[in-house]
Amino acid sequence: MDFLISGTHINPVFLIVIGFIIGICGGFFGVGGSFLAGPALFAFGVPMNFVVGTDLAHIVGKSIVAAKKHRALGNVDIKLGLIMASATIVGVETGAQIIQQLKRHKNVDMVVAIAFIIVLVGISSFIAWESWQTMKMGKKGATKAPVPGKPKRDHSALAYIAKKFQRFHFPPMISLPNSGIKEISLWTILVVAYIGGVFSGFLGGGAGYIRMPALVYILGVPTHVAVGTDLFEVVISASYGTFTHALKGNVDILIALVMHTGAAIGAQIGATLTQYFHGARIRLAFVPLPLLGAGLILYSLMTGHHF
Amino acid sequence: MASRSKKSASLTSFLVELGVYAVFVFAYFFLVLHFLGGWLKHIFDQNKTTYAFVALGLIIVQGVGLEILTTALLRVIRSRER
Repeated sequence: MDFLISGTHINPVFLIVIGFIIGICGGFFGVGGSFLAGPALFAFGVPMNFVVGTDLAHIVGKSIVAAKKHRALGNVDIKLGLIMASATIVGVETGAQIIQQLKRHKNVDMVVAIAFIIVLVGISSFIAWESWQTMKMGKKGATKAPVPGKPKRDHSALAYIAKKFQRFHFPPMISLPNSGIKEISLWTILVVAYIGGVFSGFLGGGAGYIRMPALVYILGVPTHVAVGTDLFEVVISASYGTFTHALKGNVDILIALVMHTGAAIGAQIGATLTQYFHGARIRLAFVPLPLLGAGLILYSLMTGHHF
Repeated sequence: MASRSKKSASLTSFLVELGVYAVFVFAYFFLVLHFLGGWLKHIFDQNKTTYAFVALGLIIVQGVGLEILTTALLRVIRSRER
């Protein structure tokens, strides 16, 4: 099928299958799935500026489904999500402006692809190391499935980092009872959200691969709340990202719509799966996915071959 | 034993849902998406602001619409199971 806006020819079945896989991942891990969607679109021959914008558009439709599901499960901290969304939007615009600059200099494909590989390998290595440390600690409940009726407990080997950030007193200080945080500087949240936004606007998707670890390790939000809150926040920030990238001619909405038909059902399944797994296990299962995405981009860059 | 039959029942319902959903998606793709390409390209070339609004509107409407569809499908299949 010809996608006239981005000038590419892709089999729509591939797009639906990719959408389905990343839908499951998105619902389960709370990330938008750009660590797979972006590399897959690039491997299909979509120019990198369209990869970024189109992935953001596809994330909007998918995150609405997954966020609603997580809201029903009580996994969304609305207050935290709204605060983060405001700073993320500013970050998304920054990222989109960087893409425009690269477009003008005609090196958007190479620069974004290399940035993608560095980020994906870095995130994967970090989460593997942290999950391994957490499971080695052998804390009770760290790797067990949640007991029905009892509140979920979450453990991290890097919990001390979150405590350090929560001790950082730079007013205004706010409390986030739904995330179990008594007091934290508003600036810490805004900086974390802004950085996530820059990645979102520059690499596409919701940048959950940056924001989710940041929510867990820096802000100290329990993993299941981080998953839901990230999705809620992504709905707002990715909508803005879609709009601003569409204005700049970086969105092939037809590709996003076709991919999303697969993602919608996958997201339902993924969100339900989070009920059966817990903290460190969710994080450890995430590890190979960014590496797969990095491998796809590296393959396309080195061979110039598109599927 | 009981948990095994429960697991196989939920797997069956999942496969039924997937099959029904696949039919819907197939129909939707050929009836709607296939014909949108030319129209969207025209808007994209003519006016980027209109295109941005249309793009965002389309993905939100599809997101909400498919969510309603998948939820309704799950409800119908599970009520039939009981």
